[in-house]
Amino acid sequence: MFVTRKAEFSASHVCRLPALDDAENRQLFGDEANPNGHGHNYIVEVTVEGDPDPVTGMVVDLKHLKNILEQHVIEPMDHRFLNYEVPPFETIVPTTANLACEIWRRLEPQLASPSTRLARVRLFETEDLYVDVTAEDLAA
Amino acid sequence: MMTLARRYRFSASHRLHSPELSDAANSRVYGKCNNPFGHGHDYVLEIAVTGPVDPRTGLIISTSALDRFVRLHILQLFANRNINADLPQFARLVATTENIALVIAGLIQQHWAASFGAIPARVQRVHVQETRRNGFEVLLPAAAGKSQARIGAERILVHG
Repeated sequence: MFVTRKAEFSASHVCRLPALDDAENRQLFGDEANPNGHGHNYIVEVTVEGDPDPVTGMVVDLKHLKNILEQHVIEPMDHRFLNYEVPPFETIVPTTANLACEIWRRLEPQLASPSTRLARVRLFETEDLYVDVTAEDLAA
Repeated sequence: MMTLARRYRFSASHRLHSPELSDAANSRVYGKCNNPFGHGHDYVLEIAVTGPVDPRTGLIISTSALDRFVRLHILQLFANRNINADLPQFARLVATTENIALVIAGLIQQHWAASFGAIPARVQRVHVQETRRNGFEVLLPAAAGKSQARIGAERILVHG
């Protein structure tokens, strides 16, 4: 079965490559390239796969999942400027895809157990833009 | 490989009426949607693009390039139009959301290579939401452009 928990954090970022000039950055990243940055209310949906425990009837303890999200994603990222305050975004561009991958990397070891695994991270940058990372994507 | 999905909104009117059916049969099959003067919806189009993340840019596809592409090839045709009267594709095709999704998927496939042929990203699915209560999805096969789009799934969609 799949269990999905949603969490929200607000952060600022800028998408620019130092090797490109302003026009090239704008061509690639659009307004996301504005040099001083801007912010989003990110929504992250984390899906855990597993079978319900025969005693508790739960795939995963939602309090535990909430705490993991809080500790590994919300606390380090909420109300931060991703490029300056959240590694590895001092060196790589904090696009939605890179941020979704980084959230996956932080959560995956925390949610791996004999009975559960992280199945999908869906990261909404806005209501109209999201990126999915799945276990199958990374295996491909 | 990862998937990026982008939502676009357009408002348009349509009327469901098949020239193959009698007026009575049209009324029976399509109900209110067959009202002679048509009616409108705020459609939500979701396009999902699958591909590897470029290690330099961190992008599956440039969102601003995708926005330009969709504006030019899709939104410009559909936004604030009467689909039956203004779009030649629907001169004989019933303007159901199934057909709207298939026409949009076809337009994307037709123009994709000219804009994005140089990158490995491809469109994996096209979803058109007619109202908050219904949405229709076309899955595009991996060999995009070779075989025709097919309806992969029809489902009730609840966002948020």
